[in-house]
Amino acid sequence: MSHADDHQGTRRDFIYYATAGAGVVATGAAVWPLVNQMNPSADVLALASIRVDISAVAPGTQLTVLWQGKPVFIRSRTEEEIAAARAVDVSDLPDQGAENENLLGEEDASDENRALSEDGTWLVQMGICTHLGCVPLGEQGDFGGWFCPCHGSHYDTAGRIRKGPAPRNLLVPVASFIDETTIQLG
Amino acid sequence: MSGIPHDHYEPKTGIEKWLHTRLPIVGLVYDTLMLPTPKNLNWMWIWGIVLAFTLVLQIATGIVLVMHYTPHVDLAFKSVEHIMRDVNGGHMIRYFHANGASLFFVAVYLHMFRGLYYGSYKAPREVTWIIGMLMYLMMMGTAFMGYVLPWGQMSFHGTAVITGLFGAIPFIGESIQTWLLGASAVGQPALNRFFSLHYLLPFVLLGLTIVHVWAFHTTGNNNPTGVEVRRTSKEDAAKDTLPFWPYFVIKDLFALAVVLAVFMAIVGFMPNYLGHPDNYVPANPLATPSHIVPEWYFLPFYAILRAFTADVWIVQLVNFVSFGIIDAKFFGVLAMFGAIAVMALAPWLDTSSVRSGRYRPMFKWWFALLAFDFMVLMWVGAMPTDGIYPYISLIAATYWFGYFLVLLPLLGVIEKPLPQPATIEDDFNAHYAPKAEADASAKSAE
Repeated sequence: MSHADDHQGTRRDFIYYATAGAGVVATGAAVWPLVNQMNPSADVLALASIRVDISAVAPGTQLTVLWQGKPVFIRSRTEEEIAAARAVDVSDLPDQGAENENLLGEEDASDENRALSEDGTWLVQMGICTHLGCVPLGEQGDFGGWFCPCHGSHYDTAGRIRKGPAPRNLLVPVASFIDETTIQLG
Repeated sequence: MSGIPHDHYEPKTGIEKWLHTRLPIVGLVYDTLMLPTPKNLNWMWIWGIVLAFTLVLQIATGIVLVMHYTPHVDLAFKSVEHIMRDVNGGHMIRYFHANGASLFFVAVYLHMFRGLYYGSYKAPREVTWIIGMLMYLMMMGTAFMGYVLPWGQMSFHGTAVITGLFGAIPFIGESIQTWLLGASAVGQPALNRFFSLHYLLPFVLLGLTIVHVWAFHTTGNNNPTGVEVRRTSKEDAAKDTLPFWPYFVIKDLFALAVVLAVFMAIVGFMPNYLGHPDNYVPANPLATPSHIVPEWYFLPFYAILRAFTADVWIVQLVNFVSFGIIDAKFFGVLAMFGAIAVMALAPWLDTSSVRSGRYRPMFKWWFALLAFDFMVLMWVGAMPTDGIYPYISLIAATYWFGYFLVLLPLLGVIEKPLPQPATIEDDFNAHYAPKAEADASAKSAE
């Protein structure tokens, strides 16, 4: 530490500051690996895509598969469910974004923008409540879609949030048809 | 060390003098044990000892459990069953450890509410209070991570929810959550690191315990009157106090024996009463248990988390003012942490110069309501989120904040406190008449 009454020692002051600065940088450099080791490791990050056989999924049922450690809901919707989802006015929804990773971004949350197939039969979405990450239960809740038992979020038959604490619609992951009975996730 | 004048350690024999000039450790122990302690401490002053005992219990049983536990997603649940069925006495050790967490929180809540009623948080004991709040936060973190280790259904989905709290932070939340979990979902990296931290934090807690004790040994204990021990002379101080050893050690050990009798009964006869059956189901990422609730000791703050939904006007106002950055989800998280933060700020929110609630006629009732409010929050935290329950939790959560942010500052201004005793000795004598007078009054009664 420099003496308070000694204003001559600018060279010495410089050395103090330089030493302190070097110390801070060295400490940061030493701590960063300790922080960074907690980020996802290479094997976890390795993007895995999986193919799912959907030939056994009858209309009105849902297949839940685990993808990258998270559940994915693959639902074959009935005519009534599709009709109910398409009858909703987008401007009434709490979250009006499609939340669909297959689309570019700003599309609205109409049922057509969320379903995987043109006819609306297939709906593929992450089975993770956008509130705090529980797995919602199918065919439950006030809107006949999904209901999260943890904090009471209600999703409709297009997986859109309608009531409860969740802020966003269920996320639609990157998915595509390989053939008529196979969906690729990722 | 202490501000209260008292006799310090004097090395007498040659070997004592030899050691004392090199390492005054005997003096440190002596001065700690012989600390002058207000002689009017009541039975609410026992929870500190219970907490210290519980910490040692948890560390001892925990170290033993680790000898048989495997922190791997495929083996963790099995290894806990192995402890329960195969390890000699393993089921008992695990039940001690699991219920020890409950004992820990029973004691800490009574300890905290003791401090809130008798004004133990007020000057000059703010540092003791703040360290205590840090220890409480650390306890909650440790308890949560410990609950994850058996890798049952509640462990798994509880982790998803709790780390989801950090995910609610605007902009950077998702990266923080990923960083905490070491993956985008709960899995092996999370289990491994929670195991590491669950082992580490109790020792940090042990270190903070020493700092906590050091802080109130410097200021002296508070007491039920809130009146300070006289420091004018050693003789005056001696009239207000008794040495910690043997008087309070014996009292505390008796209280500990009573508390442990209840604890042993629970461990022995109903060890799973406070747990959830769902956690005896191995973790399944594909299905959340239908009724997910945290352990009882988190329920009051969990209720506050759920209380502020998007249809509450203050949530909508904050959402509007912050241009949508603070949505209902983040608001709930802020409210939950805020509920603990306002408690930590009590020393600066309370404007009354009177410490003890005993001499505060209005405060007394509001405090009783706060204690009731805490119980209501604990109850409603375990209830479903429909019907009347959201309204109850909203009212209860509002009172919690109202008490600390409005009532504590206001009461100090509008309340007319009752007269306090001049000294601790006066208060003590009012309850336990000195021997001479007692004999005299007994004689006059004849």
